[in-house]
Amino acid sequence: MPAYSDKVMDHFMNPRNVGEIKDADGVGEVGNPVCGDMMTFYIKVKDNRLEDVKFQTFGCGAAVAVSSMTSEMAKGKTLEEAVKITPALVAKELEGLPKNKYHCSNLGAQALQEAIRDYAKKKGIKIEGLKEKGGEDEEGEECEVS
Amino acid sequence: MGNGDKPARRVYLDNMATTPVLPEVQEAMLPYFRQIYGNPQSIHSWGDEAREALENARSQVAALIGSDAEEIIFTSSGTEANNLALKGLALGQMAKGKHIIVSAIEHFSVLHAARTLEKGGFEITEIPVDKYGIVDPDEVARNIRKETVLVSIMHANGEVGTIEPIAEIAKKVKEAGVLFHTDAVASAGSILVDVNKLGVDALSLAGNEFYGPKGSGALWVRKRVRLIPLMDGGVQEGGRRPGTENVPAIVGLGKAAEMAAKNMAARSSKLIKLRDKLINSLPVAVEHVVVTGHPTERLPQHASFCIRFIEGEGMLLWLDREGIAVSSGSACTSKALKASHVLIAMGLSHEIAQGSLLFGLGVDHTEDDVDYVLQKLPPIIDRLRQMSPLYAKYMKEKR
Repeated sequence: MPAYSDKVMDHFMNPRNVGEIKDADGVGEVGNPVCGDMMTFYIKVKDNRLEDVKFQTFGCGAAVAVSSMTSEMAKGKTLEEAVKITPALVAKELEGLPKNKYHCSNLGAQALQEAIRDYAKKKGIKIEGLKEKGGEDEEGEECEVS
Repeated sequence: MGNGDKPARRVYLDNMATTPVLPEVQEAMLPYFRQIYGNPQSIHSWGDEAREALENARSQVAALIGSDAEEIIFTSSGTEANNLALKGLALGQMAKGKHIIVSAIEHFSVLHAARTLEKGGFEITEIPVDKYGIVDPDEVARNIRKETVLVSIMHANGEVGTIEPIAEIAKKVKEAGVLFHTDAVASAGSILVDVNKLGVDALSLAGNEFYGPKGSGALWVRKRVRLIPLMDGGVQEGGRRPGTENVPAIVGLGKAAEMAAKNMAARSSKLIKLRDKLINSLPVAVEHVVVTGHPTERLPQHASFCIRFIEGEGMLLWLDREGIAVSSGSACTSKALKASHVLIAMGLSHEIAQGSLLFGLGVDHTEDDVDYVLQKLPPIIDRLRQMSPLYAKYMKEKR
């Protein structure tokens, strides 16, 4: 069993914001089953803020904990603030991740960014700090192992 | 499923990873740490006592597999036995040719040893398996060439429990005049293993798979078969495995072999009952469960599944909280983040292989233990499915 921090175990056993937002304003999907993890993020935006964030995750304990933490960190933030959530910040909030699970922390931030990008595209708006395209180049990548 | 609460029961169902040492085995080993500590190669009475224990263990292991005692080489593990077999036999036959045949589902100690030989100029053919993990004997025969010097196919697979038709394969390999090794680490001590009935030339086994200590293993090699040692050193094990013998571990291996031979029928009939209960009940208790491995040609202590739409590590973490230990072949549970090569070779998709769960029952288990698993596992599966995008997608498409 990987050595998970208490924080990771807490978010794995009691994940926050699990589920689907039926009338989501943005949806982001990342990952593939070859690497073992898939995440879908749903966002609801009101007055430029993430009024609600929900996720579904297929993956290991770290993947679930990362999704849960990312959703918690994003909720209530403005879109500009939310796009600044990096994998490193998520991992830090989780009190660290085992080395071979770092790639899971990328997925959480990526899925959130994808959802925000989806929203921005639908609305035809630009969000400061949101990269034009990202994440999709990770799809074909080999599962990173350090 | 409260956090941090002590589980109601502790059920170790990971006996394919390793077994506990039986009390009788431990008792047998204890004197060889402090009382009888001589070097078996010494010519004084301290040495004599240790040598006697060593030779007694050799006879016990030989009796388990129906071989001559002098054909047994003690090793530090099943991995060492497999390495010694692959490299030692291949290098011993190099003058004849440099082609080796293995199956796609061998243990890494065989597959990676073959890869090392490949770097040294050998050619390796990997034989595929069917959806149950069975190697086709004709497919092996078809791949034998003039240069083939060694075929290594496992007796039983530890991940899916499938027992291979070794006698049939060995017959064809023998007809072609090629050496045949079988990795019996998962099977020896659990089902009947007789080197002559199987018709093999070399066979690996490991003590910690049948209630002996970790760090104990053996390679049996038929007389007059040339084997190059992995290590250079002294005369121990006929020079085929130099290094001062690990007498306590070897004594434990011998005792475990003796007990396995004596109790095999009783253990087996009990384990099969528990195994079949698990295999028959889980797919009824939970939807979308795939049994992996062969329906009948299966190790008595082995049950394995793929639980669709979820991933193995999550299940392992939850089960551990409930006091249940199992294994998984999912990518997430492997350090290399790769799905089990066995499941992939059997044609399962990565997505399904991710939900792999493997149970290794033990001789002390009762029906209550299986009932406990059947009670605790379904809600865990349900919980993980509720957060799975794959399950959500499936349910939507179903509607």
